[in-house]
Amino acid sequence: MSIMIFIFAAAVVAVLAIGVVGRLAAGPTVPDRAVALDTMNTFVISLMMMLAAVYDSVVMVDIAIVYAALSFVGTMFIARFIEGEV
Amino acid sequence: MFIFVAIFVLIGLAFNLLGAISLYRFPDVYTRLHGATKCTTFGTLFSMFAVVAYALGRLVMTGEARFGVLIIHSAIAAFVLLVTNATGAHALARAAHRSGLMPARAVVDRLEEFDEVRAKREGAQV
Amino acid sequence: MFIFVVSFLMYLLLVWSGGGIPLIEILIALGVASVVTVAFRTWNRERAVRSGRLDPKRVVDFLHYLFGPFAVGLAKANIDVAKRVITGEIRPGIVKINPGLRTDIARTLLADSITLTPGTLTVDVDDDGTFFIHWIYVEDEDPSEEQLYGSFGDWARRLAE
Repeated sequence: MSIMIFIFAAAVVAVLAIGVVGRLAAGPTVPDRAVALDTMNTFVISLMMMLAAVYDSVVMVDIAIVYAALSFVGTMFIARFIEGEV
Repeated sequence: MFIFVAIFVLIGLAFNLLGAISLYRFPDVYTRLHGATKCTTFGTLFSMFAVVAYALGRLVMTGEARFGVLIIHSAIAAFVLLVTNATGAHALARAAHRSGLMPARAVVDRLEEFDEVRAKREGAQV
Repeated sequence: MFIFVVSFLMYLLLVWSGGGIPLIEILIALGVASVVTVAFRTWNRERAVRSGRLDPKRVVDFLHYLFGPFAVGLAKANIDVAKRVITGEIRPGIVKINPGLRTDIARTLLADSITLTPGTLTVDVDDDGTFFIHWIYVEDEDPSEEQLYGSFGDWARRLAE
């Protein structure tokens, strides 16, 4: 029962992550695109957490932690790039 | 346990949806950051609560240690997400302002005034 | 030392998978923690991270803060932003405030708390600790600490100075 709920929620979050692509493509400025990318990363982490419960694997949560850390590094790097320091 | 999982998942989905909508609804990058950072962090936090509730239920039912491991790792992921998302939003906001993007429809912008004063002072010293 | 203990415990927490922990993992944890500590010291030589002292009371206080005022603020912030997303009622602006925090840890804690609490987002922090905060609904162009973030300034002072 719970598994069904998680599968449904994972599908909805995946749709949301794809929906954000609109802002990623349209965003008038570079920071707008960066915000959209950041949001997408958070959705992907959410998705990974729920799929970890569905497939019963702790490894996916570990990957989600590493993904969060890497997306943070990516966001910081994009921010530096926008500031013009790279 | 099923009730808790369902409630947490629904709250999480609602806030994730609001976060995605705020990207399209707000006029400029700063207000978008508000919606995107707060709502998605909160929504993802609630998806993690749902996973924790599910794992706790399974842990009590089966007594297998790997569900305990799932809880610990979810908690670490939640903490990492809480810190990195807020800091990333801060970095993006600062970068946007330094690159010369002004907040739309702003009633007051103390940072711009501050930057002008600093630029004048440094110009005078040179 | 703090960094060493935290990375050591974090590594063990991540490799623990239900049973006991083999000796080799403890040795690897010691190695990883040493590398992280040396790297941290090396990269921070020029501008040392100024942090307050750490004692168990502060850890307890921090957990109290995390699950008490911070959790309440986070929930309120989300309901507030959700309302603004639906109604579209905004009056944005950037205000400045100087809470007078000296240590980097305290400033980071306050900036992160501000970002995750009602209607505010830290944009920039000056060298002398002035915060520039994007406020989604400006009530006052020169606000007090109380109006902006409630008791978080006191908490940051108490936890990390």
